[in-house]
Amino acid sequence: MNPAMIPEGAHPLAATVARLVWLLPLLPLLGFLINGTLAMLGVAKIGPADPSANGGHGHGEVPGHADEHAHDDHGHPPRHKFAKIVSLVGPGVLVAAFALAVAIFAAMRGVEMEHPYLLTLFSWMPVGDLKLDATILLDPLSMTMVMVVTGVGMLIHVFSVGYMQDDPGYPRYFAYLNLFVFFMLLLVLGGSYPLLFVGWEGVGLCSYLLIGFWFSEKANADAGKKAFIMNRIGDFGFLVAMLLMFANFGTLDILGVAEQAAELPMGGVIATTIALFLFLGCTGKSAQIPLYTWLPDAMAGPTPVSALIHAATMVTAGVYLVARASGIFSMAPVAQLTVALVGAATAFFAATIGLKQWDIKKVLAYSTVSQLGYMFVAVGVGAYVAGIFHLVTHAFFKALLFLGSGSVIYVLHAAYHKTHNHDDAQDMRNMGGLRQYMPITFSLMWIATLAIAGIPLFSGFFSKDEILTSVFARISHSTLADASLLGMPGGTVLMIVYGLAVASALMTAIYMARMMLYTFHGPNRTGEGERPHLKEAPWVMTGPLVVLGALTAFGGWLNVPALLGAIGPVGGLEHFLEPVVGEAALRTTLGVAPHLPHSTELMLVGAAIFIAVAGIAFAVWRLKPAALVPRKDAPESTGIDRVLENKYFVDEGYAAAFVNPTVNASRTVLWKGFDAGIIDGLFVNGSALLARAFGWMGSQLQTGQVGTYAWVLLIGVITLLGAFTFR
Amino acid sequence: MLVEALALSALLFTIGVVGVLTRRNAIIIFMCVELMLNAVNLSFVALSKLYGAAGQVFVVFTMAVAAAEAAVGLAIIIAIFRHQRTVNLQNINLLKG
Repeated sequence: MNPAMIPEGAHPLAATVARLVWLLPLLPLLGFLINGTLAMLGVAKIGPADPSANGGHGHGEVPGHADEHAHDDHGHPPRHKFAKIVSLVGPGVLVAAFALAVAIFAAMRGVEMEHPYLLTLFSWMPVGDLKLDATILLDPLSMTMVMVVTGVGMLIHVFSVGYMQDDPGYPRYFAYLNLFVFFMLLLVLGGSYPLLFVGWEGVGLCSYLLIGFWFSEKANADAGKKAFIMNRIGDFGFLVAMLLMFANFGTLDILGVAEQAAELPMGGVIATTIALFLFLGCTGKSAQIPLYTWLPDAMAGPTPVSALIHAATMVTAGVYLVARASGIFSMAPVAQLTVALVGAATAFFAATIGLKQWDIKKVLAYSTVSQLGYMFVAVGVGAYVAGIFHLVTHAFFKALLFLGSGSVIYVLHAAYHKTHNHDDAQDMRNMGGLRQYMPITFSLMWIATLAIAGIPLFSGFFSKDEILTSVFARISHSTLADASLLGMPGGTVLMIVYGLAVASALMTAIYMARMMLYTFHGPNRTGEGERPHLKEAPWVMTGPLVVLGALTAFGGWLNVPALLGAIGPVGGLEHFLEPVVGEAALRTTLGVAPHLPHSTELMLVGAAIFIAVAGIAFAVWRLKPAALVPRKDAPESTGIDRVLENKYFVDEGYAAAFVNPTVNASRTVLWKGFDAGIIDGLFVNGSALLARAFGWMGSQLQTGQVGTYAWVLLIGVITLLGAFTFR
Repeated sequence: MLVEALALSALLFTIGVVGVLTRRNAIIIFMCVELMLNAVNLSFVALSKLYGAAGQVFVVFTMAVAAAEAAVGLAIIIAIFRHQRTVNLQNINLLKG
């Protein structure tokens, strides 16, 4: 039976708390309205006064700020006058939303989720053939995303209360953050592609606003613009994909499109084109090659923002989209191979850059790009559950890592602030030995590091291993193996993907261990004056870390592989998501669940464990935190180090290839040629000139001679009389 | 009789027009304008024979207006003369654009 045809009331969820699902996005929106109003009411002074205002310049203080510091002598600067109510409303709406999400989840567990629950709110765009309703689509996939967004979002909101406490833009910050959650929930709950797109654009807007949160520093504002513009390039792809869907299917409902896509020929040009354009949208939003360079720059925003938007939720929207459009992707093996290959290449490429970054947030940023690549490998090879599983575990451990780095930066910044030192609070060369000062953060971040490296029984191990196994299993007996990409047989492509993924797993282990060693181990390099001020961050910040730590450690139990069936229920997430992506996943594997012999599977798991351990061991063996010198004394790096530190000069390449030509063309052709030449010259000044010419000609008639006027009068009278007479 | 009157009226009017167009002296132009007015008066009177007394009434009006106009016009010409020491209209072109 057609799932789209089920009347709303008939769905078993309709009788439960799930009918309140429309409240989910509305709660953060309410928070946005309240906090936004307070932000506007309490416009004090704006400007950066934050721990991680800018990676390069320590803390960005407004000039003239220094006197205040002198006499209030390291006391807390006055908090925003609405700080209390904002601290209540901002995280409060997220707690409420999370509670509602848990209730809906519980209700969903209690019923048979054969079909998604559709709730039509109102008719949105009834235009001609296009009948578009604002419909909420609640199914296990969107439920999973809602849980991640509200759950992790709630923890990060709480953390922000501590991290942002002294910021003059406190209410504005929470207003943006609430607005982000609203759009993110719209994105994951949207029942049609255009509604999803509204959320997609909305989160992009909030990302822009929050990256440039300390906009008085030009670098931050530029980073925001960069993110926004690169996302626009991707969004163009999304738009084209939607137009193609409407042209070919006549509908934009997610379910309707999936239904019609199933009737397309396998590997047909329509499905492939739509899938590739959708994926272009994903490369922008989820920072994949070639549109990934905005994400590392996005670290200019406050660290909790990096955790929420640029690690846990927004950037995974592309993965969600591929899983959501699995009906289309599974009909287009070539597009799937492209997704997997781009994902693997991104994973590898970003991991190499991550090896040599000094800014603690940049390491995590490249790590995020790399892990997103992993997720795309998974959804690319049609292992949608593995992709979503990694999305969830990544949300846990990467949020933990970012928040952990946030509390390190916070503490270091506070110490620098007290000693009036303007060193960089984000550079790992200025850290070291923080283990003894921040034991909680230290141990929690090691848990996250072990998880992301893939050490057994931590969450990342399960999800990463599932991805690698899925790729391996599809090298033969799948639609992908039968297809070919750029003349290469699909099996070979998948082998390359697998190789790249394994290599990046190794590098992930290395760079994460490196980050931990340089930050927490070895001697302390902060400086004599700062050392007494180093201490654990307040509980409002470490509390969320502890929760995330628990999730990171045990998140793997969401989806235990059959091989390790002894430790818990097998494939929980797999069964949960089966109604949504099961059909599409089976299509890729030719109708049978992929099956590897036990020995092969054991070997793969063994290899993965070996790689993770080897990576960490290599880092411990090779890296000497004791030999590091603080940033200001560090020599310029050379050779391959320099190339990696400068991210392969990709930004410079983009600047030379795209940015500068665009700017130059805009300057010479559009500005000086078109605007100054045609608009100003021809239209504005030209019309003035024309009027003047006519005026001059008219003035020549005004001789001042009464006789001339009389002649003209006479001629006029005669003409009129003639006209009336001989009419 | 009517035809002759109208012909005379047309002749007078034409003389007035030609005078206005060709002469330079403001006084003469002024007189030519009066001539044109009176040419029209003549045709009014002549035509009132056909169309009733309204034409005659108009003549009275025209003469009243012409008298007023003569007063104002002559006053203006005198003012111009005081200012420019001439009433030659070719030399008076303040309206030139």
